Amino acid sequence: MTSPPAQASTSVGIVTPQTAQFDTPIALRSGAVIPRYQLVYETYGELNAARSNAVLICHALSGNHHVAGRYTEHDKYPGWWDNMVGPGKPIDTNRFFVIGVNNLGGCHGSTGPSSINPETGKPWGSRFPLVTVDDWVETQARLANRLGIEQFAAVVGGSLGGMQALQWSITYPDRLRHCLVIAAAPKLTAQNIAFNDVARQAILSDPEFHGGDYYAYGVTPKRGLRLARMLGHITYLSDDVMGTKFGRILRSGTFQFGYDVEFEIESYLRYQGDKFAASFDANTYLLMTKALDYFDPTHHYESGHLSEALAPAKANFLVIAFTSDWRFAPERSREIVKALLDNERNVTYAEVKSTHGHDAFLMVDPYYHEVVRTYMGNIAL
Amino acid sequence: MNASVRPDFEAIGAWVRPGAKVLDLGCGDGSLLRYLRESRNAFGYGVEIADEKIAACVRNGVNAIQSDLESGLSTFASHSFDYVILSQTLQAMRHTEEIIREMLRVGREAIVSFPNFGHLNHRLQVLAGHMPVSHDLPYQWYDTPNIHLCTLKDFEHFCATHGVEILERLVLHRGRRVRLLPNLLGSLAVYRLQARR
Repeated sequence: MTSPPAQASTSVGIVTPQTAQFDTPIALRSGAVIPRYQLVYETYGELNAARSNAVLICHALSGNHHVAGRYTEHDKYPGWWDNMVGPGKPIDTNRFFVIGVNNLGGCHGSTGPSSINPETGKPWGSRFPLVTVDDWVETQARLANRLGIEQFAAVVGGSLGGMQALQWSITYPDRLRHCLVIAAAPKLTAQNIAFNDVARQAILSDPEFHGGDYYAYGVTPKRGLRLARMLGHITYLSDDVMGTKFGRILRSGTFQFGYDVEFEIESYLRYQGDKFAASFDANTYLLMTKALDYFDPTHHYESGHLSEALAPAKANFLVIAFTSDWRFAPERSREIVKALLDNERNVTYAEVKSTHGHDAFLMVDPYYHEVVRTYMGNIAL
Repeated sequence: MNASVRPDFEAIGAWVRPGAKVLDLGCGDGSLLRYLRESRNAFGYGVEIADEKIAACVRNGVNAIQSDLESGLSTFASHSFDYVILSQTLQAMRHTEEIIREMLRVGREAIVSFPNFGHLNHRLQVLAGHMPVSHDLPYQWYDTPNIHLCTLKDFEHFCATHGVEILERLVLHRGRRVRLLPNLLGSLAVYRLQARR
């Protein structure tokens, strides 16, 4: 291996999203049919002549297609997984052709509740059907067909993205050689569903929600979405990291005996909530949390055994969990590992010591990145 | 990895049936699994706790499960492996009885290797009033990870009293087989075990 030149950029640079239009109707798990739709995606690196180096990155709850790089030179923030994807990075775009896609139902360009329903000329709103992880895999497979990719070198995802990667290995066992399931779970616990429902209730009970058709009223249920995000955010962090970062620090140094922002943590959460509410669609948040709740590969099996559900999978797996992730704890990843062991699949499981809670999968950690880098580096193209 | 680096690899490899399914406990950088894959076409998994060793296993292209052996083998189904291997790790285990029991639950057979505390060199050092330091036990008393050292006699007594049947034994010193006075002249013991029926 040669070391990269001193000034080698590790960014994919300036990127431009693309749009794929699909005119073949898609029948969803719910029974609803979407007659035509579009998916927004980004690609980084080059597809090789054998078309064997494609990697699909599946996004998490509030994610989108913008995985790496920047839209303009002065863009303040890069894509959401810029520390993982790029030239010389763990998922090396010098080697792989990486695809990020905004899921169906999203609010960043793919057809979703805020898109115009061609049949009514108005936003879909409450009429947009619920979508599931299976549905997403189907739309992603169609996008792969469009791009001429028969088989992915790897399908990769964290959290809800990890569930999509896992579902890929079951639905299309021959269409991926490797499956990276990071900070995920085989299905949500009751506690997880409970958190999601509180988040949804915050949105549903916002007076500006208007049954999901707020677009027509020129308003958005910002207060509900903000609350939903604040709650979500708490569950993605750990008590440790909140304590270290914010502790009980008071903004003004003394108690004010009121309900305005006093503690730094309150200020932080409200800021995060506001930022999110300004950029994300409430209907999409509802729909994505339902997709999380519904995900359960054992649903079709009487036994309810994950081992049975994963029996069709052929991919080689890398499963990664983070010690302080209490939303999708390491025990949940070990359930996936156990089911893969029962099926004698190739699987490596890394349990990364981290204080960052669920969000750790988005952060730089030398061990975590080394495992992904080494694993990806070993993939034959 | 050259098998001669770890003489017990060769012994273990000779016992492993071609195409067998193996579980290597405390698998380190995965070189035994790699050796067994290359020499015996074996398929398997390693269990390891250390971050840098998991990364090394990934580099070696072997399956590794990051987990603490002391917390048991609950991820692994009963009788799901042909061989469960514990190579030069027994002496560092806190729960010796439990790990042997778990090995014989998960595997049809178990293979265990450990440094023989009864080796002449060790005995002489103890006679001279010191805790032994040798090629096989390369630690000082205060920095050793080894907490449960035993001799061949001790281990065989353990097996007799814990429902463990010894199927085969190989005693080595400096990579050569020791037949004469093994508990005195052997520095490394390798056993093939199964649960007594």
